[in-house]
Amino acid sequence: MAEQRGPRGPRGPMGRGMRGGKRVENPGKLFVRLMSYVGKKYKIQCIFVVVCIAVSALANVQGTLFMKTLIDEYIQPLIGKENPDYSQLLSAILRVAVFYLAGIIAAFAQARLVMYVAQGTLKSIRMELFNHMESLPIKYFDTHAHGDIMSLYTNDVDTLRQMISQSIPQVISSVITIVSVLVSMIVLNIPLTILTLIMVGVMLKVTASVAGNSGRYFAAQQRDIGALNGYIEEMIQGQKVIKVFCHEEESKEGFAKLNEQLFDSADNANKFANLLGPVNAQLGNISYVLCAIVGGALAINGVGGFTLGGLASFLTFNKNFSMPINQVSQQLNSVVMALAGAERIFNTLDEKPETDDGYVTLVNAKEENGTLTETAERTGLWAWKHTHQADGSVTYVKLTGDVVFDDVDFGYNEEKQVLYNVDLFATPGQKIAFVGSTGAGKTTITNLINRFYDIQDGKIRYDGINVNKIKKDDLRRSLGMVLQDTHLFTATVMENIRYGRLDATDEEVIAAAKLANAHSFIKRLPDGYNTVLTGDGANLSQGQRQLLAIARAAIADPPVLILDEATSSIDTRTEKIVQEGMDKLMKGRTTFVIAHRLSTVRNSDCIIVLEKGRVIERGPHDDLIEKQGKYYQLYTGNQVQA
Amino acid sequence: MKQKRGKTMIKTLAAQIKEYKKPSMLTPVFMILEVILETLIPFFLQSLVDDGVNKGDMGHIVFMGGIMVVLAAGGLTTGILGGVYGSRASTGFAKNLREAMYNNIQTYSFSNIDKFSTAGLVTRLTTDVSNIQMAYQMLLRMCMRAPVSLIFAMIMSFVISPRLASIYLIAVLILAVILMIIIKFAMKYFMQVFKKYDDLNASVQENVSAIRVVKAFVREDFEKKKFANASEMVYSMFLKAEKVLSFNSPVMMFTVYGCIMAISWLGAHMIVAETLTTGQLMSLLTYCMNILMNLMMLSMIFVMMTMSAASARRIAEVIDEKADIVNPENPVMEVRDGSIDFKNVYFKYEKKRTLDDIEKEKEMGVKRDSTFTEEDRYVLSDINIHINKGETIGILGGTGSSKSTLVNLISRLYDVSKGELLVGGINVKEYDLETLRNQVAVVLQKNVLFSGTIYENLRWGDNNATDEECVRACKLACADEFISALPDGYNTHIEQGGTNVSGGQRQRLCIARALLKKPQILILDDSTSAVDTATDARIRKAFAEEIPNTTKIIIAQRINSISHADRIIVMEDGRIDAVGTHDELLAGNEIYRDVYESQTGGSGDFDEGGE
Repeated sequence: MAEQRGPRGPRGPMGRGMRGGKRVENPGKLFVRLMSYVGKKYKIQCIFVVVCIAVSALANVQGTLFMKTLIDEYIQPLIGKENPDYSQLLSAILRVAVFYLAGIIAAFAQARLVMYVAQGTLKSIRMELFNHMESLPIKYFDTHAHGDIMSLYTNDVDTLRQMISQSIPQVISSVITIVSVLVSMIVLNIPLTILTLIMVGVMLKVTASVAGNSGRYFAAQQRDIGALNGYIEEMIQGQKVIKVFCHEEESKEGFAKLNEQLFDSADNANKFANLLGPVNAQLGNISYVLCAIVGGALAINGVGGFTLGGLASFLTFNKNFSMPINQVSQQLNSVVMALAGAERIFNTLDEKPETDDGYVTLVNAKEENGTLTETAERTGLWAWKHTHQADGSVTYVKLTGDVVFDDVDFGYNEEKQVLYNVDLFATPGQKIAFVGSTGAGKTTITNLINRFYDIQDGKIRYDGINVNKIKKDDLRRSLGMVLQDTHLFTATVMENIRYGRLDATDEEVIAAAKLANAHSFIKRLPDGYNTVLTGDGANLSQGQRQLLAIARAAIADPPVLILDEATSSIDTRTEKIVQEGMDKLMKGRTTFVIAHRLSTVRNSDCIIVLEKGRVIERGPHDDLIEKQGKYYQLYTGNQVQA
Repeated sequence: MKQKRGKTMIKTLAAQIKEYKKPSMLTPVFMILEVILETLIPFFLQSLVDDGVNKGDMGHIVFMGGIMVVLAAGGLTTGILGGVYGSRASTGFAKNLREAMYNNIQTYSFSNIDKFSTAGLVTRLTTDVSNIQMAYQMLLRMCMRAPVSLIFAMIMSFVISPRLASIYLIAVLILAVILMIIIKFAMKYFMQVFKKYDDLNASVQENVSAIRVVKAFVREDFEKKKFANASEMVYSMFLKAEKVLSFNSPVMMFTVYGCIMAISWLGAHMIVAETLTTGQLMSLLTYCMNILMNLMMLSMIFVMMTMSAASARRIAEVIDEKADIVNPENPVMEVRDGSIDFKNVYFKYEKKRTLDDIEKEKEMGVKRDSTFTEEDRYVLSDINIHINKGETIGILGGTGSSKSTLVNLISRLYDVSKGELLVGGINVKEYDLETLRNQVAVVLQKNVLFSGTIYENLRWGDNNATDEECVRACKLACADEFISALPDGYNTHIEQGGTNVSGGQRQRLCIARALLKKPQILILDDSTSAVDTATDARIRKAFAEEIPNTTKIIIAQRINSISHADRIIVMEDGRIDAVGTHDELLAGNEIYRDVYESQTGGSGDFDEGGE
């Protein structure tokens, strides 16, 4: 019934997105585009962030260097002195304290600034994404799985957060550290620097080969996760059928096999991933030891004036050097993932929005002495304001609900045409019913009137105006729709009805509910009109949901109505109530009904019989019965199998 | 009470470690060994500097260096082993959790399934398990390693110089308190922000699925404004949470730097006084970093554990759920015949809610009362009817009149609340479930085909059915005609959910699948609604001629589908309104006549029936 929320992806900022890796095309360009989002609003902040990162990284390096000075210049000379003078040492420590303080302040400022930059950027991306999504044509939603659209918001935006707030600052900081540490190392001792570099080379090589191997296993794991999750989804969805057929054992067997398979590949993948840590740590230690031995030998022999304090500092540098290199290689991974997410987001932002070249607008009007004039207040009388492009003159056409289809062709895509040469007309106040089998094109026709889709050929006229010339928003505002699936929003009943007209007062909402026969059940809800509906109104019955949808259309009070009767039957009593509600709503309006009920069809002014995208019969009930054609067959149920 | 629930939850999950107890124990052991070896390294480094470098003893330098290399090799070995066992333990644990859940789900009755909902179960089997897998691995590898590393480094510091080490101890204690406060506040805010974030995403979801409504009412701007507000809210709450967190790293740095300066100052005095060597000072500084890093690690583990607690709870809930329909002791293994007796049967759905549901409801302020949820209302009342073996029964009534509920009781998909229900003269509760369900075949209203060939799908009804038997069943269900027209015939692959066959074809396949059980009772729950009337009539005819001894119960909206039944039950509001033949009812029952008239001679649904 109500659409269930699918399995939630990794949630929140601490979750990690894991989606199959298709290679990102043109990562450089993506990166630049992404950064332009960050830079647009936060240029100054970004510059400050980089400065802060540099300050804290340099302060860290400076602090490390201090150890050499401390031991060599302030401690060693004091050893053996009768009355050691600590004032020099104290001032040195205070000096370094200044550096440290700068580092701490910079780190704090960085954390604060990044927070604003990252969250602000995400907010604007999220909002741009949503705003753009709202402007996309229905076709976009037809052709993209809802789960995929959702994962733009849940997974992809999250990976961006990770990248902006963590990966990029980390990489910048690492690079600054690497460069400054490298310079310091070179200053301290060149041979040891070369030794350290060689060890880093070994580390990177080992990392690459382990990563290469684990990549294979991770791909296998991904495949097995897909297979198992697919199985789970299918079986759990069919769980009731499994029970009915006593198929539990077979279902378990199939599950156990896939589960075991996933265990194997996941174990392998994780094993390799776990190797990286200890391997790099111990290679780092060995690099450390090698430097100690070689440096020790150098210091003993006093080669190039290398001192014990120098060795101490160098050894710290040695550790500080391999760490950021590992960090960069780890962060690169998440950058790649984030770019993949960014690509999907940008692709969506690049989708073309609904085109709207209409210039005819809908205005409130009043009639004086036979001429229409525009007015601000709601009069119940509407007019099309037609500004002629040639001379700028304005004419008003009364909205009556006269709809004409003239030789309309349509297909959802190029290859498959759905409607062929459809001609139809509805005069104001008429009730037009569409009948025909599933896939005949009934819903499609109604979706063309309000321009959910644009026709390929032919013309649709509304009060004599080509619908393409009418501003889409105004066109849709003039049409009320009650869709087959009732969608309700997480809000109170009152707000859900008011969705039809936002400025409606509570009294008007209640009046609309009464008209739609919804008032009596709403009153019985625990909080009446203030009852909060959740999960698409999951705690209401089908019939109650329909009544709300009717009330929503009623409050909009549109001159033209499009109704899609629900196919699934509701119990006879509620059905009667719904029917009455619909009838009251239809009174005096031009109405297009996709009819499933005989009573509706019979009471229509004109019945349009569709088959395979063509209008095959039209006319009032009695005429069509007399004709003994397709309608007659449908009506009497004497179907001949095609 | 919350405490108690937490305890049983951990017990439930821990029981699933099973054969992975050994790697689960070994992992922390190796991690501790690794950490000990790693922590020893600075200790030898100090000796290398003091006794080797300072005294110009190259031999000692090499010797100490050698020891350190050996230690590193040991660290590597234990580290790798820890990684290998950690991976085995966590992925194995995940496997067992999935299996325990899945197998328990297989025992669930319909009401158990209703409680969790399909999407809920899928999430628990997938996302929640992978959260737990990650947390478990972290727990095994880091939870012992970090504190041991911390304590060991502390001990080593004390060995070198108790006086200086006490500075660390104080620093660690102060830092730990500050970190705890930061994390506590940050977690509180983050939990709030995640909820809001979920709500934001839920509203996107709502928008995506209701896009037609949004566009039809031209509410794009309204939705944008709504989203912008929610987005702004999430933004400011995120900032609030992160502001707290942004104190983390400066506080850390402050402590580290403070320690370094204090130790440098005091250490210098001690070196001059010759109670400390320069080498020892260097080791101390290394330990300083080590201790504080581990403290940071511990706080991260704490955060992660808190975050995965919700997943753990959801998983435990599935494993602990008791199936409410189970096999009786000494079950009856044979169904004598296809007669059915309802004796004073009452039924109501016991709507059970998951912990998540309850929480959500509390949050949304949803009130429950009987008029809203109808939970305390009997959906079936006072049902009394005897159905003979071989009889064809039609059931008619609007949605909500509990037709489906009535037939679901027969194969004990739900248990009656009051009264008793006999099949073949014996209470259904006394039968072996499999025996009963094999003899009572139900074609559910919401029926599903599974991915696989048509043959494979059909053999759900009977694993050992020959090809001929399958074809015969399909002929009975009028499915053979379209199957043989398919290029691959009975070997055609059906997509997941049966999406590559039409609704009517799917229904006919489902009927054939049920026929293969050769049941004594066959129940069709609105199973021909998408089949055109002519085919529907042929199926009915085939049933009457080919399986005359099978009791047939047919629920339908179309009068045509049931008018030829031996008897027709008219349901209204969970009660039997009338029972009789078509003619009797037409003459004497208002509801039946109403429905009949609205469908005069034909189908009331114009779009159904076509394929």
